[in-house]
Amino acid sequence: MRLSLASASAEETEAIAARLAVRLEPDDVVTVSGELGSGKTTFVRGACRALGITATVTSPTFTIGHRYEGRSEVSHLDLYRYDGLQGADWGDLEPYFENAIVFVEWPEAGGGALPPERVAVSIRHRGGDGRLIELVSTESALLEGVE
Amino acid sequence: MILGIETSCDETAAAVVTADGYVLSSVVSSQADLHARYGGVVPEVASRRHLDLVSPVVREALDAAGVTLDGVERVAVTQGPGLVGALLVGVSAAKAIAWARRLPLVPVDHLSGHVASLYVEPEPLVPPFLCLLASGGHTLLLAVRERGASERLGTTLDDAAGEAFDKGARLLGLGYPGGAELDRLARDGDPGAFTFPVARVSGLDFSFSGLKTALLYAVRDLGPDQVELRKADLAAAYQRAIVRALVQRIDEAVSVTGLDRVAVVGGVAANSALRAALPGVRFAPLHLCTDNAAMIASAARYVDELPYPRYLGLDAYASVS
Repeated sequence: MRLSLASASAEETEAIAARLAVRLEPDDVVTVSGELGSGKTTFVRGACRALGITATVTSPTFTIGHRYEGRSEVSHLDLYRYDGLQGADWGDLEPYFENAIVFVEWPEAGGGALPPERVAVSIRHRGGDGRLIELVSTESALLEGVE
Repeated sequence: MILGIETSCDETAAAVVTADGYVLSSVVSSQADLHARYGGVVPEVASRRHLDLVSPVVREALDAAGVTLDGVERVAVTQGPGLVGALLVGVSAAKAIAWARRLPLVPVDHLSGHVASLYVEPEPLVPPFLCLLASGGHTLLLAVRERGASERLGTTLDDAAGEAFDKGARLLGLGYPGGAELDRLARDGDPGAFTFPVARVSGLDFSFSGLKTALLYAVRDLGPDQVELRKADLAAAYQRAIVRALVQRIDEAVSVTGLDRVAVVGGVAANSALRAALPGVRFAPLHLCTDNAAMIASAARYVDELPYPRYLGLDAYASVS
C-alpha cells in the first residue's frame, strides 16, 4: 500500500514521522529516501521525539550511524558515503540492528546488505518548505494509522 | 612514550607522542602510501579496511618515531564516538598490544582528542579558552577550563559544519568529500554574488541544513550551464554563510562566558576563509586538524589510565554522550 502526504513545514514532517514511529517496534526497519536537503534527518528527528528521545538528533552522514535511547532504542543510519562504492558491509551495520527501531537514510547504497524494511519512506521537494512524503508498506493497517 | 591509535571513522591512524607532548610520529592511512600497498577496493569507512591497515600503520608510526614497543609506556585508543565496527578494530588492536606488553591502556574520547591537538609541543595552549570543534561529524562550542575537561555550550542541531562544506561541494559537482576543494574554488569567487541565509537558532547552537537546501534551490534555479559558469561565486557565497555563522556564534560565546581566548580544532579548522575571518584565534596545527592519532595520544596525558589487565572488557561507544 502507498500513502502520500503533503507537508508544508519541517514541523509537519516531524509530526507525520511521529505518527508512524509510535506504531513501530524494535527490529523494525524504516528506509528514508530523498535527495539532499529533502528532510530525511528531520523525519527521523520527529520519529525520535515521539519515541521519547530527547538527545539532539543530528545527521549521521559522516559517522554512518547514531544510536539513541528513549522508550525504545533507535538507530539512525546514513549510507550516503557508501554511495557509488560497492555498498555497505553488513558487518559494519549489524550492531545498529540489535534491539532497535532502525531508520536508514540513503538505503540505495546498502548494497543488498540491509534486512527488509517494514516501511519505505521517500521525500520529495515541492518548492520552498513544501515536501511530498510517500510511505510504502505491505501492511495497510499500519499506514492507515498514520494517515 | 604513548602509542596512540585512532579508527573511529575513515582514517586508520597511529602516532607516538612523548609524555611531555612532543609528537615523534603521526601516521594517517590516507596520507601514507599504505592504501595502495595494503588496501583493496573497499569503502573508505569499512571496518575491514581498518583491519587491513591497523598493523602496518602502527608499525610505521613506531618506525617513524625511531622506537620499538619496548619504549612504549602506555597505549591510548579512541573509544568513541564513531562507527562501532571501525572503533572496535582500534580498541581490539590497542588491547592486544597493551596486554601482550603488560602496559596500561587509556580510552580516549574522540572529541577530547580534537581539543588535545592544541596541547602538543612546541606551542601548547593552556586553558581556560573557548573552543570551536568543527569537523565532518561534529560542530561543538566548548568552554575548556582545564585540560581533560570541558563544558558543552552549543552543538549543531542538524548537519555538522564540515558536512555542510562537503555536501555543498557535492551540489556544485566537486565530488564528495569536497570541503577542501570548495575552499580552493571559493578563492576565485565573489562571496557577495549570492545571498545564502543561515538559520537563527536559540542559544549557542548551530543549524546548517537549511543552508544546504538553499544552495540546492539556487543550483536548480540557475541550471547546469549557469552553475558551471558561476561555480566559484556559489562556492564563495556558500562558504561565507558557513564562516559567518561560526564566527557569530564564537563572538556570542565569548561574551556569554567571558573567555576571551579562542581556539578552533577539527577538519574545518583547515578552512582558509575561517582562518582569515578569525585573526588572533588559535588554530589546531594543520596536520592535526583532520582525524589523527597524535591528538589521541596527546589527550591520553589528561585521562586516567586503566591498569593491566583491567581493560580487557573495554567496549566502544557509538554516540556522543
